[in-house]
Amino acid sequence: MCGIAGLFLKNPSLEPALGRMLSGMLSALTDRGPDSAGFAIYGAGAPGQLKYTLRSAGGFNLPQGLELSCTAHDDHAVITFPVAREAEVRAALAARPEITIVATGARMELFKGVGLPDAVTKRFGLEKMSGSHAIGHTRMATESAVTTAGAHPFSTGADQCLVHNGSLSNHNDVRRVLMREGITFATQNDTEVAAGYLSHQLREGKKLNEALTNALDRLDGFYTFVVGTENGFGVLRDPVACKPAVMAETADYVAFGSEYRALADLPGIEAAHLFEPEPGQVYFWERAA
Amino acid sequence: MSAVHKTTEDAVIFDLAAEELRSLNAALQALGGKTNRTAWTIVNPRGAHAIAVGVTAPVAITIEGHAGYYCAGMNDGAFVTINGNAGTGLAENMMSGTVHVKGDASQSAGATAHGGLLIIDGNAAARCGISMKGVDIVVKGNAGHMSAFMAQSGNLVICGDAGEALGDSLYEARLFVKGAVKSLGADCEGKEMTAEDKEILSALLQKAGCHETPEEFTRYGSARTLYHFHVDNAGAY
Repeated sequence: MCGIAGLFLKNPSLEPALGRMLSGMLSALTDRGPDSAGFAIYGAGAPGQLKYTLRSAGGFNLPQGLELSCTAHDDHAVITFPVAREAEVRAALAARPEITIVATGARMELFKGVGLPDAVTKRFGLEKMSGSHAIGHTRMATESAVTTAGAHPFSTGADQCLVHNGSLSNHNDVRRVLMREGITFATQNDTEVAAGYLSHQLREGKKLNEALTNALDRLDGFYTFVVGTENGFGVLRDPVACKPAVMAETADYVAFGSEYRALADLPGIEAAHLFEPEPGQVYFWERAA
Repeated sequence: MSAVHKTTEDAVIFDLAAEELRSLNAALQALGGKTNRTAWTIVNPRGAHAIAVGVTAPVAITIEGHAGYYCAGMNDGAFVTINGNAGTGLAENMMSGTVHVKGDASQSAGATAHGGLLIIDGNAAARCGISMKGVDIVVKGNAGHMSAFMAQSGNLVICGDAGEALGDSLYEARLFVKGAVKSLGADCEGKEMTAEDKEILSALLQKAGCHETPEEFTRYGSARTLYHFHVDNAGAY
C-alpha cells in the first residue's frame, strides 16, 4: 500500500494554511501507511540563499566560525546560507558524520521519520508551515526496511523530491547506470532510484514532463509517483494503473490523494473538479517562476 | 443507534460523521425482506470504504456524496444510489438489485458480480466488469483498459469509448460499445448484432435511462479460441 498526498496552490492567500491542509491529508491516509511518514514543503526562498535540511541523531552544534541561520525541527534542522558559502558549508558538514544532508535547494524543506503520520507531522510542526506546494507520503514498507532513510519523500537533486506508491522491479539495473552518471544514492530503496532517474533527466536539460514521459519507458514496475520541483508538481501512474489516485482541481488549488478520503476536508472540495489521472499519462502544474 | 434519525415511519437518515460505519452496515444487514424501513439516506460519506455492503433486503439506499472502496459490495436486492463518485470495487460481487452511481466509478466496478444492474452515469476506470459472472453493467461515459477481463457471463454496455484490451481472455458475456475501442484483448472479437442482442441491449438502455439506440453500438464477444489448449502453442510456454 502507501498513501500519497500532494497540494499545489494557485491562490497565494492559502499559503499560510498549506501545512495544516497537508497534515490533515496525511492523517486521513494513516491506514494506507502506518510505518513512517514524510513531506517536502516549498516555502518562500530568499534571493541568493540556499536551504539545507539536515538530520542528526546528536544535535546540530555547528562548528565555530560557521555562523548560519539554523531552525531545528526535532531531529531535523534547516540551515540557510548564501550560495557563495556552499562549498564551505559542505566541507564543514562532511566533518560531521552524524549529520545527514536530507535535502538541498532554494525553497524545499524535507522532513521524514518512522511512526504514525500524525506523530511525524506533529514532531516536525507541519501544521504551522507555509508554502506554495507540498507533497507527503505515508509508508507501508515493502521493498526495504522501515527506517528514517527509507521513508519518503526521496530527494536526489536540488529542490527535487519524489514520493511513490508501488514497487519497481528494475531498480538495481537503473541504479547501476545512474551511479556511472554520477547520481549518488543513500539507500537500497527502489523509490530512490526513481527520484535519481528524474534528477538525472532534469540535469540533462529535460523538462519535468519530458522526464516523466521517459520514466514510462525506463522504469518497470508498479507506481504512482508524485514529484515536486522548485516551481512545479507532477503526477504519473504506471500504464496498468495498479495504484490508486484521485485528483481535485479548483480555482485555488490542485490536490492529489491516494484516495478521496484524503481530499474530503479541503476547502471548496464539494465544487472541485474531481478526476482519476489516466494511466501512463503525465500531469504537471507549474507556477510562474 | 442514537444518531439514526427517523424522519418518517419508513425513512431513515444516517449521518456517517456522527455514527460508526459498522453500525450502519450492521443495521442494513439486519433488515429483513419485509422491513418497513425501506428508504435510507446516508450523509457525510467522505469517501469511507465499504458503505452499504452485504445488504440483502430490497430497500432504497441513497448515499449523499462520494463513496470509497467496495461500496454496495455483495449487494443482494437493494437499490443503491450514489450522488457522487465511487472508489475501487463498486458493487463488487453483486448478486441482485441495482447500484447507480451518478458520478464516476474507479477501477474494478462490478468485479465478479453475479447479477443485478450497475449503472455508471460518468466514466468507469480500468477493469470495469473484470471477471463478471452475470451482472448487467451500463457505463454512460468511457470505460478504462482491461474492461470485462475474463468476463464469464452478463452484459457490459459502454456508451462512450473503451480503453485498451477490451474483453481480454473473455469466456462469454456480451459487450456493447457505442464509441471507439482502443484495442481488443486476446480472444475478443467483433460479432454480428443478432435480434436477441438488440433486444437485450434495448432493454438495458431503457432501464439505465439512455437515449441511444442499439443500432449505434457494436457487439463484441469471445472468439472462443482460448477455450482449449492447442498443442501448437506448447512452445510458447
